[in-house]
Amino acid sequence: MKITKEEVEYVAHLARLDFREEEKVKFTSQLNDILMYMDKLNEADTAGIEPMSHAIALQNAFREDTVKDSLSHELSLSNAPEARGPFFRVPKVIE
Amino acid sequence: MAYEPVIGLEIHAQLLTKSKIFCSCSTLFGAEPNTHTCAICLGMPGVLPVLNRTVVEYTIKMALATNCAINESCNFARKNYFYPDLPKGYQISQYAQPLSEHGYVDIEQNEGKKRIGITRIHMEEDAGKMIHDEHLPSSYIDLNRTGVPLIEIVSEPDMRSSEEASAYLKRLHEILVYLEICDGNMEEGSFRCDANVSIRPRGENAFGTRTELKNMNSFRNVQRALDYEIKRQQYILESGQAVIQETRLWDDSQGVTLSMRGKEEAHDYRYFPDPDLVPIVIDESWVAEVRKNLPELPLAKRERFMRDYQLPSYDAGVLTSSRVLADYFEDVANLSGKPKAASNWVMGDILRFLNEEKRDIKDCPILPQSLAEMIQLIENGTISGKMAKDIIEEMYRTGKPPTTIIEEKGMVQITDEAALAKTIAEILAANTAQVEQYRGGKEKVFGYFVGQVMKATKGKANPQLINDLLKKMLTAS
Repeated sequence: MKITKEEVEYVAHLARLDFREEEKVKFTSQLNDILMYMDKLNEADTAGIEPMSHAIALQNAFREDTVKDSLSHELSLSNAPEARGPFFRVPKVIE
Repeated sequence: MAYEPVIGLEIHAQLLTKSKIFCSCSTLFGAEPNTHTCAICLGMPGVLPVLNRTVVEYTIKMALATNCAINESCNFARKNYFYPDLPKGYQISQYAQPLSEHGYVDIEQNEGKKRIGITRIHMEEDAGKMIHDEHLPSSYIDLNRTGVPLIEIVSEPDMRSSEEASAYLKRLHEILVYLEICDGNMEEGSFRCDANVSIRPRGENAFGTRTELKNMNSFRNVQRALDYEIKRQQYILESGQAVIQETRLWDDSQGVTLSMRGKEEAHDYRYFPDPDLVPIVIDESWVAEVRKNLPELPLAKRERFMRDYQLPSYDAGVLTSSRVLADYFEDVANLSGKPKAASNWVMGDILRFLNEEKRDIKDCPILPQSLAEMIQLIENGTISGKMAKDIIEEMYRTGKPPTTIIEEKGMVQITDEAALAKTIAEILAANTAQVEQYRGGKEKVFGYFVGQVMKATKGKANPQLINDLLKKMLTAS
């Protein structure tokens, strides 16, 4: 096995996802298949080839430093589950 | 046992661009909450961030000013973590390929210059602001700051005392402000500093366990927090315990660092290249263009002031502490042709007036031309240095040029020898007893005569001329 159930639980926790026991078993097996496939890709000889971070051969996509209109705070907050005045409201989190 | 602190600093500086790093929202501080927000900085699904070119340019500026190598190619990465001030669930930052690396700045210590290494300078986006409700279990989020461009400047662990850390911090602050790429305001958070600190027995090469200090929002607090933390770690080691690697917050009111308990699990940011942002390639010609437009940096200016204006190192340091002040001094020095006098008036009276009112030099009511003119009026004997002290106050208060004030107050120094001799003759005639005393060898009464002449001329007579004439007329019988 390339990945353990504990690792799946750890990654799920980082993503704040909550899974049932049978889901954990299923995802462990599925992720294992994906990682096995990565092993197959690793068989390709990539000596002397620069790693790439993007699939498209494009670089330096810039915009100029100009200000355009923002959204009103009513619109900015319109998707928020909770708001108070001009603020988003969330459960108190103190790091 | 003697311990040696090892300190490294991480500095975040907000760049003075008009718009955010990946969208066109304004970066202005102090707007109504959530009014500088759009689909991109709110982290809506399906949007495409596009990099602000000026952010790259400013970062290149800072890299050049701190002797960093600029990587030919760099990219952005996603730093994944959940926190309410970060709507996307990741911060766009640079990781494996930052814009620049391997730089340094020199700081001046009593023992001479010391070189502090800079590990890297990279670009990233700022997060939003949270306000915690004091009574309810709620926090309120303002995302105006989300996406404001930052550069992070990471130093090598090269500092060995809180003084060195403070000197390094001031040096970087000064450079950022000189480059006009950051306003340097620590209270508003546009210049922030975290510190990594550990201690080790002097002579030991291996590093001790470090703690990370946060929440120090002034130069003074950085130094205080470091001093406290160094003592705290020393106490722990001396009592046979071990320092725990953790993040600690500086508590200004208590003057202590406190552990940030509750979230002690190690961070796992799972960085990966951001597929939304294509790589940045910085060629030689771009770097050359930025280099060409770099202003003279503080250290170079300081050395030039000492060399060209023959100023002591202290004066040069004060006068170059800001670019506007340095320009002001240079204007006065060049227009008056008297750099040392210019330095004395600027460092003395001008800075004192400004400090009393917490005013910036750029709002100084005395124009450099006026101050230069006043210095020339002293030089050519029109006014005395003593009169100038009153005139400069009036200039500061009214913004009028010195000649106008002198005319209005009839303050011109009496340099007319004949007129002054006449006044002195009258005084001598009215004080024959004292004249006899002086001639009898009681030279102390000379001062009495000077006082009388000053009184008769309302302080407007040239003091040197009074002395010369008095001596001559008292000795002549």
